[in-house]
Amino acid sequence: MSIVKAVTCPVCGSLCDDIELTVENNEVVKVKNGCAMCESKYLGYKSEHRIRTPLVRKDGKFVPVSMDEAVHKAAEILANANYPILYGWSSTNCEAQRVGVELAEEVGGVLDNTAVVCHGPSILSVQEVGIPTCTLGQIRHRADLMLYWGCDPWSAHPRHLERYTSFTEGRFEDSAWKAYLQKVKAAAGKKKLVSAERLEFVKSRPRPQTQACTISGPPQTLKKDGRKLIVIDVRKSMTAEMADYFIQVEPNKDYEVMQAIRALVRDHELDVDKVGGIPVEYLEEVADALVNCNFGVIFFGMGLTQSAGKFRNIDVAISLIRDLNRRTKFAIMPMRGHFNVAGANIVSTWQSGYPYGVDFSLGYPRYNPGETTCMDVLLRGESDASLVIAADPGATFPKRAVEHMVKTPLIVIDPHMNATAMLADIVFPSAFVGIEVGGTAYRMDNVPLPLKKVVEPPAGILPDEEILKRILEEVRIIKAQKMAKQAEAA
Amino acid sequence: MAEMLIKNGFVFDPINRINGEKMDIAIKDGKIVGSVNERRAKKIDATGLTVMPGGVDIHTHIAGAEVNTGRLMRPEDHVKDVVRKTPLTRSGVGYSIPSTFVTGYRYSKMGYTTIMNPSMPPLEAKHTHEELNDTPMLDKASYPLLGDWWFVLEYLRKGDLTECARYVAWMMGTSKGYAIKIVNPGGLESWGFGRNVHSIDDEVPNFCITPREIMCGLAKVNKMLNLPHTIHLHTNNLGLPGNYATTLETMRALESVASGDKPVAHITHLQFSSFAGDGWGNMRSGAEEISKYINAHNHITFDMGQVIFTDTTTMTADGPFEYTLYELSGHKWVNTDIETETSGGIIPFHYKRNNAVNATQWSIALELALLIEDPWKMFLTTDHPNGGPFFAYPKIIAWLSSKKARMATLKKCHKKAQKKSLLPSITRELTLYDIAIVTRAGQAKALGLKEKGHLGVGADADIAIYNINPEKTDIARKYKTARRAFGNAAYTLKDGKVVVKDGEITQHVDGKTIWLDVQTAEQVKVDEEMKRRFKEYWTVEYDNYPVFDHYVKVPSPITVKADV
Ligand code: SF4
Ligand SMILES: [Zn+2]
Repeated sequence: MSIVKAVTCPVCGSLCDDIELTVENNEVVKVKNGCAMCESKYLGYKSEHRIRTPLVRKDGKFVPVSMDEAVHKAAEILANANYPILYGWSSTNCEAQRVGVELAEEVGGVLDNTAVVCHGPSILSVQEVGIPTCTLGQIRHRADLMLYWGCDPWSAHPRHLERYTSFTEGRFEDSAWKAYLQKVKAAAGKKKLVSAERLEFVKSRPRPQTQACTISGPPQTLKKDGRKLIVIDVRKSMTAEMADYFIQVEPNKDYEVMQAIRALVRDHELDVDKVGGIPVEYLEEVADALVNCNFGVIFFGMGLTQSAGKFRNIDVAISLIRDLNRRTKFAIMPMRGHFNVAGANIVSTWQSGYPYGVDFSLGYPRYNPGETTCMDVLLRGESDASLVIAADPGATFPKRAVEHMVKTPLIVIDPHMNATAMLADIVFPSAFVGIEVGGTAYRMDNVPLPLKKVVEPPAGILPDEEILKRILEEVRIIKAQKMAKQAEAA
Repeated sequence: MAEMLIKNGFVFDPINRINGEKMDIAIKDGKIVGSVNERRAKKIDATGLTVMPGGVDIHTHIAGAEVNTGRLMRPEDHVKDVVRKTPLTRSGVGYSIPSTFVTGYRYSKMGYTTIMNPSMPPLEAKHTHEELNDTPMLDKASYPLLGDWWFVLEYLRKGDLTECARYVAWMMGTSKGYAIKIVNPGGLESWGFGRNVHSIDDEVPNFCITPREIMCGLAKVNKMLNLPHTIHLHTNNLGLPGNYATTLETMRALESVASGDKPVAHITHLQFSSFAGDGWGNMRSGAEEISKYINAHNHITFDMGQVIFTDTTTMTADGPFEYTLYELSGHKWVNTDIETETSGGIIPFHYKRNNAVNATQWSIALELALLIEDPWKMFLTTDHPNGGPFFAYPKIIAWLSSKKARMATLKKCHKKAQKKSLLPSITRELTLYDIAIVTRAGQAKALGLKEKGHLGVGADADIAIYNINPEKTDIARKYKTARRAFGNAAYTLKDGKVVVKDGEITQHVDGKTIWLDVQTAEQVKVDEEMKRRFKEYWTVEYDNYPVFDHYVKVPSPITVKADV
């Protein structure tokens, strides 16, 4: 039995790096410090039905083949394709992503990552107006106001509040955890087992019994000292339950509400009573809180990037932050979902200049979202082969895109036999990144962290990086042979 | 490994006082040697060509989180300069923030072989090193940003220089860094709450320490540790009218640390710190005052931070300065504060000839470089990409070595800037020997890189050969010829291998990553207490913070014995 400390959790963009794992007989048997999502990843991945060899579809059925054969077949597909797409990358390490860019360049394909379906609009906004941001520790030490907009960290990034924002001790700001517990206590109207709850904090996610401030109740708590937590969302999420102030916005009205707050921050009067279903007084309260904090931050999620308006929403959010920086210190940060989607953007950018949707078909990188993302290419029905790695577009892409993807040869590299793999022509089972193979991943604030290999992968199962390197090598051999043949013919 | 002989070139090797002598350079196993077997050696005929050590850049932002965010935010910068894949080279994009591969190729084509990446937040050092691994053709090193690091502020405040030195030593190894970088000392911590410091004696909020104490403290620490380079300093009030006074005060403050003629600091991109006037309306050059001081003192070295008239991208750890630029331009703005350590900002910027301030900046850098008499003190940079992209260096060489060239540009500048410019009164023209100093020898010397910047026996065989015949071409008159030659090396050799011929890449090499392994008598105690403190300061675990060895593809550590 051995205990591995300071392990980085390969699940969400919080990338908590304080996980302690107990390993016995090449198996993780105990997880300390992680949230439920983390635990279920480390303890649950084994129960996954793992295929042990690559599979190739023959006569409609998967048959196991050798690694060499699968590599050769995959390389042939890619080398012969005119316009292949290479998609995914968000749940693998930067080392594999590096080879990915090289492979995409070699085969003249379209390199794209899952940002295209989550924070692509945020990236477009950064290219439009920039972004005032910071690392998460800066928030922990300094922020006295957190606003989560269109996201629910309590459910999707469970340790975000506890490690980086409201419930953490910083140099200049204390944790609001005690205040929060008091609120729970007072609202419950009876003594609760505060200490017990505190102990259970990490595991049990106490569900507050309180009526958090909603549209119907004016927000007393915004006047309090110390860290404030504001949530703006279309539904009363778990995070909203804990907030000092919750504003429920009508679906697809984020843009209007944000514009209204921005106007108020700029001291403009609003001559309507309500915006997006919210009384203007409440928005005024929020605007006051924003202007009067010492250090504020807005975190935003797909509730904002994928609702009506998309990148216009982020544009106005960032513009709001720009305005706020005239009055006080303010930052904004996207809540990145997959543990290394940030890394996928970063690696692609340093090698090609562009973060996603990079088209290498002309021999140099080209980027024009709306034209060059894999989604655009699939919807136009132009690609003639696909490689999907560390993502599951079969489950997440629009039907029409998947239909085209399946029509052409499809190669999947993934530890899971996921929906996309079921549709594939060639499947490479790969090692679990952050469990069976190490490497690097980037946290949502672009801080790089090392991933750890804590157990050996099953015999014969290779890391993504290795599989990609073999395919790349084989592609080069095939291309050289083709060139030689052409030369001969001429 | 093969032996090689570069025959018959005009050699400019200022460290060895060789000024255009016709001679042969012998190479064996990637190093310069006294002689080789004439018959066996591969020969390069350098007859009629200029031979220099490979170029060394003391300050160029080419890799890391900030540079990459610059790339991400500026697709419009990339589309105008795309680079195709070839059988030998990777594709990419160029212009002001080139992709990593293109950065390596373009430096190499200009005959550069070593670059210093000057702005590395230790928390994100892994990122910097990952990008440097993908930056081929060059040896490279990075300067960790330490001037506003809480550990430094706290130990200096306590007056505990020894402990401060131990932590700096620890940080050099941990981040795999090369020199102590200080940016707007005290200003970056203040920027954490949206404030700044405005003089070297302003107190940093919450830390009760002044910029003066930070700079002098770290300069002393630098000496105690025997680091090969000095502290590398970006001054307070950078980029603001009237800041030449702050710069003078800074230089005077550092006199207290100096002893003898050995430099104790390098003030970088001096142009940005040499503005006179008290507002943008009457902003003018402070080059006269600054250079007068520098000519009378020897304790500091400098680089230019030349402005190029083009669309570029400004990026610096000086978050408050970038905010000022944002206020002025309203342009897209990135700010990135880094917990416990530093900050950063990015703004695209277009320097225009017909803008009085921009044109004055252009003039200031040249005035400084020409008025500072000793070329060993002032080196050629653009603070890439802040003043302009590095591929404009040949233009700067032309301006420095030809009055005709700079007057041709000045003539096209804003009238107000022309009137105020000191350039018409300056006749000095740098010779090829001077150029070799300001683009390689001087930089290598200031950096303490013993095997770089010269062609003596034992030096790395990093060599640039340019298509200039000094007997036939007077670069002061034929400045366009010089510009072409310095932009497209006839040959570039890296570690004895020909990597560029006639301005084209002939071979892909990785290049080394250099950093310091500073050995102190007593080391920082890494106990539970340290780890606890670490956890309080950062949001990552102590165990995950260092740049592990595997993050460096071709490692080249230098061991330094400290006095503490
Ligand atoms: S919050 Fe995210 S990164 Fe942290 S332990 Fe939970 S799943 Fe892992
Ligand atoms: Zn700089």
